[in-house]
Amino acid sequence: MSELITLTVDGVEIKAAPGTSILRAALANGIYIPHLCDHPDLTSVGICRVCLVEIEGRRPTVSCMTPVEEGMVVTTASEDLDQTRKVNLELLVLNHDYNCQSCDKNSKCQLQELTRYIGLDEERIKAMRKPMLDSPIDDSNPYYIRDMDKCVLCGICVRTCDEIQGDGCIDFAYRGIKTKIAVLGDKPIIDSTCVTCGECVARCPVGALVPRNAVEPTYEVETICPFCGCGCGMVVGARGNKIVSSRAVSGSPANNGSLCVKGRFGLSFVNHPDRLTKPLIRKEGELVEASWEEAISLIADKFGQYKGDQYATIASAKCTVEDNYVMQKFTRAVMETNNIDHCARL
Amino acid sequence: MAGLATALGSGAMTNTIAEIGDSACILAAGTSTTEAHPIIGYQVKKAVRNGAKLIVVNPQEVPLTQFATLHLPLKPGTDVVLLMGMAKVIIDEGLHDQNYIDERCENFDKFKESLEVYTPEFVSDTTGLPWEDVVEAARMYAENGPASILYCMGITQHSHGTDNVLAVSNLALITGNLGRLSAGVNPLRGQNNVQGACDMGSLPNVFTGYQKVENDEARQKFEKAWGVSLSGKPGLTHTEIFDAAYKGDIKAIYLIGENPVLTEANAAHSNEAMDKLDFLVVQDIFLNETAQKADVVLPAVSFAEKNGTSVNTERRVQRVRRVIDPVGESKPDWWIVSAIANEMGYEGFAYNSAEEIFNEMAKLTPSFAGINYERLDQGSIQWPCPSKDHPGTPVLHKEKFATPSGKAKLAPLEYRPSEDCCDFDFPLILTTERSLYQFHSTMTRYSEGLDELSGGEQILINPVDAEKLGIADGDLVEVSSRRGKLKVKATITRRSQPGVASLSFHFAECPTNLLTSSALDPVAKTPETKVCAIRIDKV
Amino acid sequence: MYERHILICAGTGCISSGALEVKEALIEELDKHGLKDKVRIIMSGCHGFCEKGPIFIVYPEDVFYCGVQAEDVPEIVEEYLIKGNMVERLLYHDPVSGETHVSHDQIMFYHKQLRQALRNCGVIDPENIDEYIIRGGYIGLKKALQMEPMEVVNEVKTSGLRGRGGAGFPTGMKWQFANSSKGDKKYVVCNADEGDPGAFMDRSLLEGDPHAILEGMMISGRAIGADEGYIYVRSEYPLAIKRLRTAIRQAEEYGMLGENILGFDFNFKIKIKEGAGAFVCGEETALLASIEGQRGVPRHRPPFPAVEGLWSKPTCINNVETLANVPLILRRGAEKFATIGTEGSKGTKVFALTGKVNNTGLVEVPMGVTIREVVFDIGGGIRYGKKFKAAQIGGPSGGCIPDEHLDLPIDFDSLTAAGAMMGSGGLVVVDEDTCMVDMARYFLNFTRKESCGQCIPCRLGTTQMYEILEDITEGRGKPEDIKLLEELAWAIKKGSMCGLGQTAPNPVLTTLRYFRDEYEAHVYEKRCPALVCKALLQYRIDPEKCIGCRRCAKECPVDAISGEKKEPHVIDQEKCIKCGACFEACPKKVQAVEVLSEGLPELKETEACEGDCKCQS
Repeated sequence: MSELITLTVDGVEIKAAPGTSILRAALANGIYIPHLCDHPDLTSVGICRVCLVEIEGRRPTVSCMTPVEEGMVVTTASEDLDQTRKVNLELLVLNHDYNCQSCDKNSKCQLQELTRYIGLDEERIKAMRKPMLDSPIDDSNPYYIRDMDKCVLCGICVRTCDEIQGDGCIDFAYRGIKTKIAVLGDKPIIDSTCVTCGECVARCPVGALVPRNAVEPTYEVETICPFCGCGCGMVVGARGNKIVSSRAVSGSPANNGSLCVKGRFGLSFVNHPDRLTKPLIRKEGELVEASWEEAISLIADKFGQYKGDQYATIASAKCTVEDNYVMQKFTRAVMETNNIDHCARL
Repeated sequence: MAGLATALGSGAMTNTIAEIGDSACILAAGTSTTEAHPIIGYQVKKAVRNGAKLIVVNPQEVPLTQFATLHLPLKPGTDVVLLMGMAKVIIDEGLHDQNYIDERCENFDKFKESLEVYTPEFVSDTTGLPWEDVVEAARMYAENGPASILYCMGITQHSHGTDNVLAVSNLALITGNLGRLSAGVNPLRGQNNVQGACDMGSLPNVFTGYQKVENDEARQKFEKAWGVSLSGKPGLTHTEIFDAAYKGDIKAIYLIGENPVLTEANAAHSNEAMDKLDFLVVQDIFLNETAQKADVVLPAVSFAEKNGTSVNTERRVQRVRRVIDPVGESKPDWWIVSAIANEMGYEGFAYNSAEEIFNEMAKLTPSFAGINYERLDQGSIQWPCPSKDHPGTPVLHKEKFATPSGKAKLAPLEYRPSEDCCDFDFPLILTTERSLYQFHSTMTRYSEGLDELSGGEQILINPVDAEKLGIADGDLVEVSSRRGKLKVKATITRRSQPGVASLSFHFAECPTNLLTSSALDPVAKTPETKVCAIRIDKV
Repeated sequence: MYERHILICAGTGCISSGALEVKEALIEELDKHGLKDKVRIIMSGCHGFCEKGPIFIVYPEDVFYCGVQAEDVPEIVEEYLIKGNMVERLLYHDPVSGETHVSHDQIMFYHKQLRQALRNCGVIDPENIDEYIIRGGYIGLKKALQMEPMEVVNEVKTSGLRGRGGAGFPTGMKWQFANSSKGDKKYVVCNADEGDPGAFMDRSLLEGDPHAILEGMMISGRAIGADEGYIYVRSEYPLAIKRLRTAIRQAEEYGMLGENILGFDFNFKIKIKEGAGAFVCGEETALLASIEGQRGVPRHRPPFPAVEGLWSKPTCINNVETLANVPLILRRGAEKFATIGTEGSKGTKVFALTGKVNNTGLVEVPMGVTIREVVFDIGGGIRYGKKFKAAQIGGPSGGCIPDEHLDLPIDFDSLTAAGAMMGSGGLVVVDEDTCMVDMARYFLNFTRKESCGQCIPCRLGTTQMYEILEDITEGRGKPEDIKLLEELAWAIKKGSMCGLGQTAPNPVLTTLRYFRDEYEAHVYEKRCPALVCKALLQYRIDPEKCIGCRRCAKECPVDAISGEKKEPHVIDQEKCIKCGACFEACPKKVQAVEVLSEGLPELKETEACEGDCKCQS
């Protein structure tokens, strides 16, 4: 472990590991520097220009791209910085679909946060020319919606797709004011190589990428994804005994904050109307509903007739450790056979 | 998993998922990682982005091949030949780690002798790969350490699956790639708790923690704890159970959370077997295709409605927590099984919570002895974890192997062709794949949207074969094997090599396993779903 | 033995005005008169005087014919080459003095120039390495190879050479950084992505003297320890690419490129990368991204390319003109180079002189000459005797220098202080008929379209400024617009990531600085003093002067002009689209149609937009 570097930000002395950017060092020490395009999981690119700071003896520069140096004296606010930042933000706000009330990211939006912190000059906004905001909404994917009129072109989705997912199916396209995030050939997202992992949706700082029919959960519980063997840590949200959301646990050991399409979007089977809700017993060829007492007593009676090697349990890799322990104990201790197996080989 | 246990003493992933990203070389054999294990796929891609070499061994041009330094599209079922060929190159060129072999392995001389038959001509002819590619792969793997091997059902689901696994571990052993960070031999487990089900002894030959039923000492321990006498005779495996039922030897089955009508190889056979049973109990969350055959169907809760633990592919024990109340009258599986046991008059099933069960299990299982819910609430733990102060084990075999001698055994291997061979009537090979958007056969079919993304079942046929057969993209075709036939839409793609076609097995509308063979690996008893001779006819 | 040499300019300018046809005609004509073995034709590089092309010089006498077309060739051959009679009409006639000049030294356009970087352009056959060598080529390289790398760096530092691509960073310093960067592999990159509209100095150099660039790159490679170079050249320069390829091939054949160059322990190879024509790829980090096959967009600096450049290796990037000066510095010595120019800006600078001057073309002058000398002596003054208004220097990101600064010396620091910049050397002369607001709008339209779109200030700010300027020129200016433009301009300058955004507001800032009254006239009075902004103009017919000839009425595309024959006509202002057809149609001796910009009452009264709607205003 190399020595920590000491620097001052707005007069506060802080320490950070060599190679850390001023922005991340400041944030880690509780000093807020407004920022938009930086994300802790991704490389920094310095394109939003919101995190400008002044460093003694240098020209103003973006703090996300400047590594800490010993003895550095950083100022995060000055008349000049505030003005530059404010105009910058006003331009962004002006080019953003500001129907916040109906936006799924309302109150969780980074742009709102910036607006709150930096403030806007109403007079100037009024004087500025308003663009046409009429990009079509791309709702071709069953699980998420892309609204480019809300996009702030921070590039977090592009870097996520590249650095986390590794597919790189989206990138900046066109130039100047026409710049947008697009897939190859600027087609709907469904016609791209997108695998709907939703990593970009989870990281989008504004309402440009949102899950379809997003519902805010009333409570959330940390558990493990029910699908493949990766064992991803996930936080599942519910409202009214219905699963409505899932997100990755950041820093979870197996998945390190990621999920795939199934874990993120594929949990609606839990509340599917076809779920079995009562025991069924075959009577005169038909499966009919029965009480637990009746079913258990029937099974106990029947199983009692087949103890030993006439009986077998097919256990399940989708059940818990505890379930499986009880199943094999039942098979061995009650049914007196080792005929138990599960689908490990399938 | 039997193969790995034979060689190394343990059949689980030797290393941790997070380490894969730091490997210098990854050999991905018989795994479509980005589709079947997307999160592990991220790590593979991360390694490649950091400059690692990626060798993909797969007959199909799976999506992972886009990131590959070298793709070896071998003929299905010839993995042993390729891997032994690579081992021969490594030893012939002196790229092996002699110190490591001397210190930690046995049987090297016999192993070396067995390599002699793997001449360039034999390897190349059998696998269909140019010898230069085999040499390149061997050098790439041996010269870029730490090198990690990932494998999945493409290696195990063969009539010689155990040999395949041994061949894989041979490679890692001769290059010293076991017991170090970011290296290892890593079987990727398919289901969320398949590792845990094995660990818990839901297997015919072992109790929890792989304590053999034949072992008197182990058996006595369990007899004492459970207060009953136990059989020391190993039971039947999955496929054998259905064979026995077919023959009438087994009369009652308690089938929990599975759907063999779709997932069992040679499904027609097992279907018939189930029909012959006197009594079939199915416990599931949906009335799936198998449940419809049952005498009694019991409603279980889903993962979201129960407490407990599961063990992921990297031996990580983690807490599963209840999110919502059970749907309808559904009950946790452990509650149902216990209720039956209680009803049958047995004591020892008076459990009130999953935690109680876990604690009973941990007492009987050395590799879990140090784990409890309190610790798990602080964070997951990778077994073995023998005591309360043990931090868990991210990398296996660091000091010694879990074999009686503490040394790993190099396995001399012979090539055994797949059981189901092509002939004039069945000229093509069918192999099975998985879709990113589906998971086995039940849960994902009930999750809105996934079907739309996966696009339904389709048989992937190489353009060369398609032209010969006069099949166009999107045509409906009839696929038949020696065991059954089905109709499916054809997709013409170079993803399949000439002579090979592939299907998934997620769809009840198209039960792929009607075609597949249940020829078993003699040791692991895994069916050969990855190689099946078929013919394709335009409908 | 040849008796005569004829140099025909084969620069892109002269080729497009017919130089190749002239060559064909000359071959045919010489053949016809049996002069084939006596007259040698040399297709040279650009002479700079493109406006008068094709240029046709006869040596040894140095007779400078200009504007020669294929049909003129028989006359030149018969009258001049055979009979010795000067073809007067094809000689150069000075627009100011009216004098006729025979040799090109006498022409004012060349008289005040000092052609150092362009030393071989128009003199040698650029497709023949021997001609380059005869003129002292590759001597600088040999000297550099006899020196230690740091000695080469110091030589360039001593010369005071500064980068000619725009910012004027000291070249020697850049080399020193690259030299001291650690790395097993380093690169030299020649930035030949000349993108400023109207600029063509790099193209002329590449076409006219490609070996000088190769030599400059190799010297740079020696200095920093690189063995590989890339020339990033726009694919719109096919002739430059062809001549570079020829030059590279010839240099390889001569052992000037490749392994153990000139017998020294020095290897160097050069590759050409064709750009796809994005302006921003002239920015060094965007250029490197483009060479790597990435999307050509800039990235944050530092790290500078000298530390982390092409494929993350230390890379030295120099502009074409900078590199063309390097062999000269090595050959003649740094001190000699430093004798020319000013304290802070040594050597010469090539300008693309365009706009409302009599002589347009490529000119090379010592640093420190005044704008007045360039415009009036070399440029021959303003066309049609109009009044000089400003010089726009430095391309679309440069600034305007007004007439009160005509005696400003041209060097890096003076120009920057005046709000302009050297840029790559575009110099557009503007006369009284140019509206400065409209010009600023024009340049902003260029930069906003070329913005890479990554950073917010440049992507959104330049378009915002453009739309305000557009409104102002179309009579929709609001009183607060001038202040708003200034605020935006400074925020973009300070907030943008790369040079494109940091300089894009310059045209607005300098015109606001020197021509604020024009903005105010547009915004407050709704008039365009230069009579350019259509929306603010009115066409009227002076009833006193109108003879009722109906010519204007016939030309009017929207039938806005009414009036009986021989009666004074009237323009219906409602219908008029201000196309100016009536003005053109009115007979010169009548001149009854007047263009006025007196302020439009209806526009003055327009309410400011409330801002709730989604319209453009």
